[in-house]
Amino acid sequence: MLTAKEREEVDAAVAMSGRRRAACIDAMMSVQAHRGWLSDETLEDLAEYLRMTPAELDSVATFYNLIFRKPVGRHVILVCDSVSCWLLDYETLLDHLKSRLGVDIGGTTSDGRFTLLTSVCLGACDRAPVMMIDGDQYGELTPQSIDSILAEYE
Amino acid sequence: METPLTSRIRVDKVPVGLAEYEATSGYQGLRKALSMQPTEVTEIVKASNLRGRGGAGFSTGQKWSFIPMGEDAPRPKYVVANGDEMEPGTFKDRVLMEGDPHALIEGMIIASYAIEAEAAYIFLRREYRESAAALARALAEAYEAGYLGRDVLGSGFSLEMHLHLSAGRYMCGEETGLLNSLEGGRANPRDKPPYPALVGLWGKPTIVNNVETLCNVPHILDKGADWYRGLSHTGDGGTKMFGVSGRVKRPGTWELPMGTPIRELLEEHAGGMQDGYKFRGLLPGGASTEFLVEEHLDTPMDFDSLQQHGSRMGTGTMIILDDRKCPVAMQLNLQHFFAQESCGWCTPCWGGLQWVEQILRAMEEGEGSPGDIDILDMHTKRLRMGHTFCALAPGAMEPLQSALQHFRSDFEQHVREKRCAWKLT
Repeated sequence: MLTAKEREEVDAAVAMSGRRRAACIDAMMSVQAHRGWLSDETLEDLAEYLRMTPAELDSVATFYNLIFRKPVGRHVILVCDSVSCWLLDYETLLDHLKSRLGVDIGGTTSDGRFTLLTSVCLGACDRAPVMMIDGDQYGELTPQSIDSILAEYE
Repeated sequence: METPLTSRIRVDKVPVGLAEYEATSGYQGLRKALSMQPTEVTEIVKASNLRGRGGAGFSTGQKWSFIPMGEDAPRPKYVVANGDEMEPGTFKDRVLMEGDPHALIEGMIIASYAIEAEAAYIFLRREYRESAAALARALAEAYEAGYLGRDVLGSGFSLEMHLHLSAGRYMCGEETGLLNSLEGGRANPRDKPPYPALVGLWGKPTIVNNVETLCNVPHILDKGADWYRGLSHTGDGGTKMFGVSGRVKRPGTWELPMGTPIRELLEEHAGGMQDGYKFRGLLPGGASTEFLVEEHLDTPMDFDSLQQHGSRMGTGTMIILDDRKCPVAMQLNLQHFFAQESCGWCTPCWGGLQWVEQILRAMEEGEGSPGDIDILDMHTKRLRMGHTFCALAPGAMEPLQSALQHFRSDFEQHVREKRCAWKLT
């Protein structure tokens, strides 16, 4: 079941695009903002509300990098793995994050605090290597700076 | 030297608000446009030699002129700003949207007036949170001041403008993929023709322009096509947002005359290579352009000059390969990106790019075979334009083909010695 607040936000997205189906990406992103990810059940409820089949909606959901169909932690870390960050040795930082958090790419820490993902170019190549946590961007990263950044996320 | 795109951008990075924008000739281009016939506006943009800044370099005025005009034209018509900046190594549109959001909005209103569009969309990648905030605020200001909505500045022209935040996929930057995404679907490309100018969003005439392209438009209308052409060192009009990333002393973006030589960008603006690193090659305009090497450094950065040297300007943001990084490993990084972001719509693209990635990975891990380079060569010929619905796979082959040309001995060494020499140092 979608909550009243979620329905209100989906309605606003539908009103803006004027077509129910066109609002489906906005709708999924707003529901995900409340729940962290989209379970099968959530997807089915939302599909019904948008008058789409669950398969139709899932085909859209699975296309986009920022729509999560598996549970994620309270904070999602996106480490840029594109070419400019590669030239600045992002791999060292990714290794640091993996060992620090005790997870591989795609994994969530056992306390549910962080999910570690890679991302395509975050468009801040002059500040490489770069990562993003919950939409906050951090550049010119070093293992030391990563440690103090992580400490800010409970 | 004039820098119309960036002259308003504040040092403290606070987005330029409406009052400041208007005080520095903001919305003057729109006022002039509204006093003309829509087709006259298109003619001025055509005469300015503004070419698309998203990578393809198509004449902007010409693109607009393909839109059906007059009473019988299908309606509504749409203008879409492509702000899905996801080309690896590209970070220029972000600077414009964060710093001077009204310039994009004004450019879109002028484009909409020129093609008689009823609605306009800004398609923005969701990771650009600061851009989204700046644009949302500027949109509210523009509505409040009567630049958007019903009867813009009493001209009788009306326009609604919306901000759409993408859920993230490289294919959204391809103009027909973008339209499918805006309609709430997967961002697969559409078969062309028909082009979006005739059959675009919801099947209606649509113009999709890059953010930087549209930011030029207010200045062209305000100061004229002759002035705009005069900003450039070459035949292509205007200034260009250039960028440099990699192991240089001062990576960044700069607005400079179109046709600024590569060497000036690399050595003067980016400060040259970091100590201890030597230049080996560069991709001039994002991941999907061809490598250039030392002998090309005096080439002017403009569409035609780079094409003469077998490359493309692309987005104009260059990526520098240094001597302490392996060219084969760099290629693996690039092809991993393309293989991952392929939408799966055409077989040559999803199958071919995965094969290319596998071969490069094997080479890097010391498991390359003698025939592998031939297979890579074959892909650079088979994944050409015309064999796929869009430019993703052909674009992916540009760095590969040129790397096989300029760094062939590195590929051969990987296969011959069954190791990556960079991994052991």
